[in-house]
Amino acid sequence: MSTHTTANEVIPLSCPPMSLTDSIPNNVDLGSDKKLLRALEKWQPNFLEWWKEMGPDGFQEDLIYLRTAIDVDPAGWATYDYVKMPDYRWGIFLTPREGERQVHFGDEQGQKAWEEVPGELRGILRRIIVTQADTEPASVEQQRQLGKTAPSLYDLRSLFQVNVEEGRHLWAMVHLLHQYFGRDGREEAEGLLERRSGDADKPRILQTFNEKTDDWLSFFCFTMFTDRDGKFQLAALSESGFDPLARATQFMLTEESFHLFTGETGVERVVQRACELMKQDPNGDARAQGGIDLPTIQKWINFWFSSAVELFGGEISSNAADYFATGLKGRYREAAKYQDHQALGDVYEMTVFEGGKLDRREVPLRNALNEVLRDEYVADCERAVRKWNHVIKKQGVDVELKLPNRRFNRSMGIYAGAHFDLEGRPITAEQFEAHRSEWLPTREDRDYVRSLMVPVYEPGKIANWIAAPKKGVNGQPFELEYVKFAPR
Amino acid sequence: MATSFQTHPDRYRHWKLTFDGERADLVLDVQPFGGLRDDYELKLNSYDLGVDIELADAVQRLRFEHPEVKVVVVKSGQQRVFCAGANIPMLGSSSHAFKVNFCKFTNETRLSIEDASKHSGQKYVAALNGTCAGGGYELAMACDHLILIDDGSSAVSLPEVPLLGVLPGTGGLTRLVDKRKVRRDRADVFCTTSEGIRGKRAVTWGLVDAIAPRSKFDEAVAEAAAALAKGGRDKGPGIALEPIEPEVTEGGDLVYRYVRVELAEQARTAVLRIRAPEEPQPTSADEIQAAGSSQWSLRAFRELDDALLQLRVNHLDVGLVVLRAEGDLDAVLAVDAALHANRDHWLANEILAHQARVLRRLDLTAKSFFALADRGTAFGGVLLELALAADRLYMLADDDEEVAVALSASNLGAMPMSHGLTRLEARFAGDASAVEALAKTKGERLTTAEADELGLVTVAPDEIDWDDDVRIALEERASLSPDALTGMEASLRFPGPEAPDAKIFARLSAWQNWIFQRPNAVGPEGALTKYGAPDRPTFQWTRC
Ligand SMILES: [Fe+2]
Ligand SMILES: [Fe+2]
Repeated sequence: MSTHTTANEVIPLSCPPMSLTDSIPNNVDLGSDKKLLRALEKWQPNFLEWWKEMGPDGFQEDLIYLRTAIDVDPAGWATYDYVKMPDYRWGIFLTPREGERQVHFGDEQGQKAWEEVPGELRGILRRIIVTQADTEPASVEQQRQLGKTAPSLYDLRSLFQVNVEEGRHLWAMVHLLHQYFGRDGREEAEGLLERRSGDADKPRILQTFNEKTDDWLSFFCFTMFTDRDGKFQLAALSESGFDPLARATQFMLTEESFHLFTGETGVERVVQRACELMKQDPNGDARAQGGIDLPTIQKWINFWFSSAVELFGGEISSNAADYFATGLKGRYREAAKYQDHQALGDVYEMTVFEGGKLDRREVPLRNALNEVLRDEYVADCERAVRKWNHVIKKQGVDVELKLPNRRFNRSMGIYAGAHFDLEGRPITAEQFEAHRSEWLPTREDRDYVRSLMVPVYEPGKIANWIAAPKKGVNGQPFELEYVKFAPR
Repeated sequence: MATSFQTHPDRYRHWKLTFDGERADLVLDVQPFGGLRDDYELKLNSYDLGVDIELADAVQRLRFEHPEVKVVVVKSGQQRVFCAGANIPMLGSSSHAFKVNFCKFTNETRLSIEDASKHSGQKYVAALNGTCAGGGYELAMACDHLILIDDGSSAVSLPEVPLLGVLPGTGGLTRLVDKRKVRRDRADVFCTTSEGIRGKRAVTWGLVDAIAPRSKFDEAVAEAAAALAKGGRDKGPGIALEPIEPEVTEGGDLVYRYVRVELAEQARTAVLRIRAPEEPQPTSADEIQAAGSSQWSLRAFRELDDALLQLRVNHLDVGLVVLRAEGDLDAVLAVDAALHANRDHWLANEILAHQARVLRRLDLTAKSFFALADRGTAFGGVLLELALAADRLYMLADDDEEVAVALSASNLGAMPMSHGLTRLEARFAGDASAVEALAKTKGERLTTAEADELGLVTVAPDEIDWDDDVRIALEERASLSPDALTGMEASLRFPGPEAPDAKIFARLSAWQNWIFQRPNAVGPEGALTKYGAPDRPTFQWTRC
């Protein structure tokens, strides 16, 4: 069998029709790894089929100005060019590592980091990877129709950039499944292409990834709040003692930051536009001027934040303790931020809701690690909200956006089943229902926001309800034709 | 507080029974804070003894009160979870004795489901709408037909070994290979894979009978239920099971209508008296139907059942139970004769099957049983089974030959033990002629001398020796190691072959009870202890 093929050589018939080693940029020595090649040969066509069926609807023939990672160094991981999405080069990259690494937290601290899956951790490691992996294609599915209502070519490109990179994250996780989990891993990899966001029969694993994301404010909130959960999960996994997972997630984080940027600045631009329109309107009503008003934005924040905080898992969790004890999932910036990497013996003081009232309770720290990660997340979200409020203030408008309390609108964990107001104070179910339309998007709100969603495909133009970005992509102007449409 | 085993659908907290013609739905919706103790939360439809007491009650009532039901669908009232099994924090914080009794009761309840399927033609469908783990899957395996939702994530699993360092002790291991005939190497893989197996492979391996996607799930369950109901016999009308709660005396004695338990806690002994009927009992099918749950054959055995459960759970230190049957021997034989003559009548059939279950409960009770037959004894027919189930029978060799026992059809096949033999067959293992000789005496009064000659009697003291011999025997028994006695009795009571039902107790439970004592499960570093704790278990690697 030929081990290397260049475009000019005649490809012998016994070879796969497309050379995988050439079409998949990688730094995992794919060309000489028969096991991985065999698995990917089968999986790649299914992935492409999934992409065509469930990826962005109606834009597969267009040329998009996309960033592709073709190598891990700063010069290679962000190369820009026009490319049709199905031809996107989904690559497999692990952040390079110097020298020997150790497990640096948990019960195995000080042992050599694992290069292979330790048998006794196979089950839980696979669950961690599959749960993370499932979110990647899920969000592509959720965002499938958004291209049809993009407020500008700049935003349309951002959407597709996020989509193809979620696709690559799926590749990254599938690589781990194929490389390290044998037949089980291959089956899980197939399962990732079989589940469908929002499908009654084959739903995605986590509920947030079955929610509708069918307007652009939701898209910005998703990339702001839901993707941000991803950032913290990936960061915690990048501490992992299973080195391939640590390296894969580390590289994913570099791409993920663009998604968070899209969300954070997206909401900011809608906020800014709301203020501008308020000032234009004689009654200070942004809706009267065809914009999305600040109270509506606040409701979207309430909904998406409360949905995203669920993703961190139970407040008191034996899984969290296990993941940490086994050295598979650390805290956020475990190595850099903490002195003691055992987290044994310490307690975390948690607000619990028992017997109808809030109370403080001490929980063994390891069992509270989901909450510890959630703390980091909430602080990061608060930082973004402060930025948005700064924009509002600069516009001379006297309104403040706020994150709801993490207890608000929860359906999982220790606050599920009870009701809390935006400040986290316990209230009755009746009180919650009485305020629901004031706190969370109503059907009318959704209809209104959707009514604003009309596409703007002319280079340099932008929809009325959102402000233009401060700058374009990769040093290009906002006016660049980021998407070149094929003849319709 | 003493645990009560009596409940009623009106008082269920965790189960709901609904009826639609031939189909009944038994819906599990465990109230997280409705446990018997309040130091654990019953998350994800996990159960404690209270949940299982309701289940046992429901299965029993379905047979007596709703004989028109031909198929029972066991399902969950919660989204995406069928049942996560026995509650682990509850087990972790329970005494060894409680764990053992809890497992025994839940095992008997699962067996009662299979018994209903076999003897009452009430088939069970398990509708697995989501997570079905550990005891949840064991409950499902007690059903005739398992349908698992095929949603890409819901799996059946037995995670006890890899996650908790204990066994799936509610019949799981046994049913997997003996009932469902899952190949044993696959069973080995399945039982060590904590996340379980889902979708098509669960069917291929025989772990479930069918899968169905979410949108077609209810339909698939309905079809399977209808298919199982087909051909079942029409029966009824049902009878209401009247309450049988005992009166508790100041000294703690339990006084039922026909059964009385007298406690001598200091002597670690109890006397259990069961009285033969004095009132006229039904003889024809119509009379049996009309007499309902107040007829002696049902009432007395329901009381006996409750008494045994109370002795097991509420009187742990009572190690020896003296069994006495009192009253008119012929009256008992007459009741047996009427039931067997009307076996085709659904209720007579149910009553016989119920008596058989109660007697098996006695076989499996970890207490010594000594049957005492002296003046006024009524060990005949179904009550003679009590004496045959006992570890010893003391029978008074009275001068005027008034003391007697007698056989009925109930001693000759209607009351099988859990390994399938009659108590006579087990008693005379390897000696079929002894059983035959006894069978020929059916209906005859056997004096002490005759009964002794035929091999029914352990010791036959005369009037002068009786009091002392009996007293010394009881005192001696009560002084022996309770652990050794439990193991000894469980070994000696079941001569003969193994059968799946018996295996559950003799192998699975026995091993489980050993593991429940071992440091690798319950020591300070054990897996059960460490479940949910911030650190992980540490095992001692010695295999023994
Ligand atoms: Fe991602
Ligand atoms: Fe992302």
